[in-house]
Amino acid sequence: MSTVNQTTASTTSAHVPADLDEPAPILVSKDSGTAKVLKVLIPFTMLALLVIVWAWYVAAYDVPHYILPSPWRVAQALVEDWGTLSGALLITLKITFSALGIALVGGVGLAVLMSQSRWVELALYPYAVILQVTPIVAIAPLILIYAPTTQSALLICAWLVAFFPVLSNTTQGLKSTDHNLLNLFEMYGANRWQTLIHLKLPSALPYFLAGLRIAGGLALIAAVVAEFAAGSAGAQSGLAYRLLESQFRLNIPRLFAALILLSVAGVMIFGMTSLISHLLLRKWHESALKREN
Amino acid sequence: MTIEPATAAVSPDHSPTGKSLVSLKNVSKVFSNGTTALQNMSLDIRQGEFISLLGPSGCGKSTVLRIIAGLGDPSAGSIDWPTASHDASGKALPEISFVFQEPTLMPWATVFNNVWLPLRLKGQSKETARDQVLEALEMVGLDKFAEAYPRELSGGMKMRVSIARALVTRPKLLLMDEPFAALDEITRFKLNNDLLHLWEKFGWTVIFVTHSVFESVYLSNRIVVMAARPGRVVGDMPVGAPYPRNEDFRTSPIYNDYCRDASAALHAAMDANDHL
Repeated sequence: MSTVNQTTASTTSAHVPADLDEPAPILVSKDSGTAKVLKVLIPFTMLALLVIVWAWYVAAYDVPHYILPSPWRVAQALVEDWGTLSGALLITLKITFSALGIALVGGVGLAVLMSQSRWVELALYPYAVILQVTPIVAIAPLILIYAPTTQSALLICAWLVAFFPVLSNTTQGLKSTDHNLLNLFEMYGANRWQTLIHLKLPSALPYFLAGLRIAGGLALIAAVVAEFAAGSAGAQSGLAYRLLESQFRLNIPRLFAALILLSVAGVMIFGMTSLISHLLLRKWHESALKREN
Repeated sequence: MTIEPATAAVSPDHSPTGKSLVSLKNVSKVFSNGTTALQNMSLDIRQGEFISLLGPSGCGKSTVLRIIAGLGDPSAGSIDWPTASHDASGKALPEISFVFQEPTLMPWATVFNNVWLPLRLKGQSKETARDQVLEALEMVGLDKFAEAYPRELSGGMKMRVSIARALVTRPKLLLMDEPFAALDEITRFKLNNDLLHLWEKFGWTVIFVTHSVFESVYLSNRIVVMAARPGRVVGDMPVGAPYPRNEDFRTSPIYNDYCRDASAALHAAMDANDHL
């Protein structure tokens, strides 16, 4: 039909060319080459600078390795203890992502439920707020007693922390739907389901994604904090326990190695959630726009 | 593909002798805060009319439009649709489309998907709706922008998409709530002309809310003047100038006469309020 389209257009007397309108906003999609290189170069240079200063300080002041190990010793620990550390990282990541996954499903599900009925919202919101404002380290001991296994206790702790930003952001997004668009849907006879799928959920998407970015970071933090509180040992222990253990044994290089792994994991989670957000919003949302002014 | 006019061919002078399309009888609207938005308004709208509701802000002209659109029931009075089909419960199912002051597009959807929306909500697949959507986009001159996103369009183009979305269902009645008020004058004049072309060609009935005397005289063949506090009709004047109207009409003496009359009616209404 698109080929026929051209011919009907020219024969329709009411056809009006749009080129007399004021110009559309100019969208700048790409940085110049130099800017692109600098964007990668500057952060890495700053990190390299830190490592260099660190190495210099340790060498120049002859700092003992049980106070501050050199970057080289930390790297060595990372390689030598990789077996222990990678296993621990995997466990921490497993808790983090399971908690995040359940938080996403639960948070969005509950937000949708609350947006459908004011009464449900009134009934459930207090619980969500109380669970959020009570510090997780304070509830952790109780959860440890009640939960069947330590692993499930850690999962519950991480989930509690990651859940709220998803819930509150998605709720806010669902409430911020354009009033005129809601009227329009009503006028065209849309049912509840259609309004949710075609209007409310897409409007809430940017809010949800902001919640996801917060929740991703928080899930990792909560997984570590909960493990500190639990002090779980043995084969099932994650990075937080390896940190504590290294501290007790004054194995500071390994402590640093575990710390670096945690940071890298955090950065990667942030990068992943940011990428998801960018991919979903780049075509239409203001936050993904670059304007030439 | 030929484009079917929504109603039978309308005579060039659009003489207001058509059958009644919708009639409001003693309609009042009181908001929950006690404000009387409309008081005892009666209005008979005939098929093929281009009618402007002209008045200052707060005169209830948008409220009339919303009540006709079925967004909120009147507090008193009735609205009859003599020619529309009715559902089993006796509720009228008029073929209406609404154009808001803002383009009111879904930013996450392409131009095509925005125009597809009314048909999609009625259960039409993208394939089934394709011809009708492209035809509506062609009518407003945006068929080449089907895959663009709203953010890539200018204000005037967004409003055209909004109009295409209203036209895609082939409505009998087009309700427009100050659709061009936010646009610059050059774009507004152009959209005025384009709207008139489409109306002459397809012969729908249009109810056009505006606070511009000039716009109402240029476009419509009947102007209903409204006053505020409480919202009510204070004047109903025909604009007998023949169509097609173009830029020459905008500078003609007869245009000036109509503008003067409409302006006088509007000011009389507002002066009456000052004495209250």
